[in-house]
Amino acid sequence: MMNQGMTDKTRDKTSIVNTIWGLFSSVRLAVILIAMIALLSIVGTLIEQGAEPEKNVILFKKIFGDALAPAAYRISESLGFMDMYSSWWFLALLALLATNLIICSLDRLPGIRRIVSKPMEPLKEDGFGHHGINKQFVCNGSLTDIRVKVVTALRQLGFHPSEFALERGVQYYAQKWQHARYAVYVIHLNIIVILVGAVVGIQFGFHGFMKIDEGQTTDTAISRKGEEHHLGFSIRCDDFNVQFYGDTDMPKTYLSFLTVLENGKEMLKTSIEVNRPMSYKGYTFYQASYGPLGEGSGVLVLRVTSKDGKSEVISKNVGDVLNIQGSALEAKIMAFSPALAFNKEEKAYTYTDMLNNPAIYVVFREGRTEKYGGWIFKRYPKSWNIPDGSKLELIDNWGYQYTGIQVRKDPGVWIVYLGCICMTLGLYFAFFLSHKKIWVLLVGDKGKVDIKIAASAHKNRGAFDTSIDKAFGPLRDQIGRDQPAANTKGG
Amino acid sequence: MGNSSVFFGIAEIGYFVAMMVYIAYFVFKGEYLGKGATTVTIVSFLAQTAAFISRWVESYNLGIGRPPLTNLYESLVFFVWCLMLGYLIVEFKYKRRSLGAFVTPLAALALGFVDLTGMSKKIEPLVPALQSNWLLAHVTMSFIAYAAFGLSFAAALMYLIVKTERRNEPAYVFWSVSSSVFFIVIFAMLLDYMNYKVVGESTEGFIKNYLFKTTFRNASSGVAVFSYIVAGIVVFLTWRYGYIIKKAINGFNVSVDFLDELNYKVIAVGFPIFTLGGLICGAVWADQAWGTYWSWDPKETWSLITWLVYAFYLHARYLKGWRGKKVAVVSVVGFITVIFTYLGVNIFLSGLHSYGDMP
Repeated sequence: MMNQGMTDKTRDKTSIVNTIWGLFSSVRLAVILIAMIALLSIVGTLIEQGAEPEKNVILFKKIFGDALAPAAYRISESLGFMDMYSSWWFLALLALLATNLIICSLDRLPGIRRIVSKPMEPLKEDGFGHHGINKQFVCNGSLTDIRVKVVTALRQLGFHPSEFALERGVQYYAQKWQHARYAVYVIHLNIIVILVGAVVGIQFGFHGFMKIDEGQTTDTAISRKGEEHHLGFSIRCDDFNVQFYGDTDMPKTYLSFLTVLENGKEMLKTSIEVNRPMSYKGYTFYQASYGPLGEGSGVLVLRVTSKDGKSEVISKNVGDVLNIQGSALEAKIMAFSPALAFNKEEKAYTYTDMLNNPAIYVVFREGRTEKYGGWIFKRYPKSWNIPDGSKLELIDNWGYQYTGIQVRKDPGVWIVYLGCICMTLGLYFAFFLSHKKIWVLLVGDKGKVDIKIAASAHKNRGAFDTSIDKAFGPLRDQIGRDQPAANTKGG
Repeated sequence: MGNSSVFFGIAEIGYFVAMMVYIAYFVFKGEYLGKGATTVTIVSFLAQTAAFISRWVESYNLGIGRPPLTNLYESLVFFVWCLMLGYLIVEFKYKRRSLGAFVTPLAALALGFVDLTGMSKKIEPLVPALQSNWLLAHVTMSFIAYAAFGLSFAAALMYLIVKTERRNEPAYVFWSVSSSVFFIVIFAMLLDYMNYKVVGESTEGFIKNYLFKTTFRNASSGVAVFSYIVAGIVVFLTWRYGYIIKKAINGFNVSVDFLDELNYKVIAVGFPIFTLGGLICGAVWADQAWGTYWSWDPKETWSLITWLVYAFYLHARYLKGWRGKKVAVVSVVGFITVIFTYLGVNIFLSGLHSYGDMP
């Protein structure tokens, strides 16, 4: 009795396992999961992810109307739709797809291995005519002649044929690219590798942001959750610059000059710009943003060139007075504008607090009399000339801006890239190579040779068929030319 | 105005003429029409190639020096170039011209969109984020893949037209409605274009102020209602008399198996290229520029959706009862997601890919 019950239970268990195994090894589940991930992803592009509630409430009002919007928003929020790509159900879907991929592969690989590792064997004569590609024709000539030609044709197709001697003839057989059958599993495996790389990055990596004022040093980055993270070394922003194309306000380069410091010692001096990050001790630093500090003008760096060509660089502030060498002129910096423009009435105004077009207003005096006055622009050399022949140039505004730097530490990124490369190779092998088999049977009969071809390809059979026709074309053409001649002989 | 715009003008007019001749060939048959259509297409294609090269040279002369593949205008034009190259390869390989009547309207739609929105055609230097060689690899491969998907769209649509028998079949309703909507959109945009000439506005402004203002969104509600009625009638007539299109295709002796195989083959070419160029190169570029290879921004997500739709297509072929009409529908849906990924995201959704804005 008890024994009976036990076996029933084990049978139940195995049948449950089998059902689950069957479910997870089915293409149907894969297709359903792919469709669900795609459809849900659409929702995530409509609802702005991780945005301030107001933005999405507006969207919800449009869809559900004013009355239902707050409730709909609350429900969607509790379901995680406001940050849905990291919600438990979206990650669960990805995990299900990964499980599906693994079990599908485990389920099919043994069978595929059997096919791939099975050595090619000659085909029995009645086996011809039952493959994907079947051809039969008669050639004039001796068996020895035709054999050479057939081997050449097979070599031309990329096969290295084996030979099997028969009583009245010979059979050649070969296969190639049998390993292409693994390609699909290479793709699937590497999707898993990419997902693993992403998980490693999330688990052991760090993403953060640093805001460093010009001239300042910091060793702290703020994580996405707003927590402080100490790097173990410090970064100093020596300078930040935006370069523009010609006279336009179209940015050409955002450039941060950085110094890495450890225990007060300068370890590395470098610059970063967009698309050219810097790495140090596992962390990578990306130029991400910049902005004004909003604390006056910082220091103005000026170059004074006298009439005889001597120049010197000096730092001044607004309100300072400087003497122009080799001249009786005295210059007073009256005002600073980070981005100066003139309106229709030729009146100067500042159009943004970004350093798009920095300028200083300078008054030149000789003794007590004001001689000239005007705006000197960083970007316009013409404005640097003083009527008496000397030059006053605005080189930089230092300490006026901060640079925003994205900090990343991601030990998983190389796993992801490795997965990407292998997946691409897998895709290439899966779509452009196929496992091809061919058997050619030659039977000699009184100055004629009977040729039978059987062939198969696990993908793109049509193309294989065409290339067989091409390779065996010369043999076939021979019939066309020779047969009528043979007929006349016979007659 | 350099040589490139002259060559491009020739190409643009040429493609529109080619579309009309292909459609005429489709309706009236006649070998001379077919040869004419092919000739016009080849000439236009060569003119566009010349335009591409001279635009590249011009950018060097301006001191900017970059391949013309970096803004919305250039990428749309490059899409047309890839599409026509792919089409000509298919035409010469399989010696079939009937596909032309389905592919050339896609090219015309892309070029029409360029002119209608009056997007900037100026050769402008690149903002810092776009100064990357990954951009070039990303854009080139993405558009080769998009062109392949465009061809699969045409083949799938023809397959559905030939394969469906009854008017109450879902697949029949699908192809008749989607293809008539497609033509209604082209036609409505053409009316806007004739009504407003070149607009030259921001994308949002263009959509707000001009798109479909001649027809569906006309200030006079009478005209708007009339437009919807006409559109409804067009959809109905396509649905009712779809068999005429079917007869026209059957007249070319195109086998359904050929269309099914062509559909698969071009996707088999497009899918790996899209994976490498669209997704992987895009991710590497984002990683170089922003420090995240994947951030789920709408553009990235939509390109993943496109990838999933084609992955769905490739797997559904192995499912019982899906091979044939159902997967052809998936292929058509795939190209609709391609269009949305490329244009819809920039127009309707926000994202990091701000270069899509039409200044």
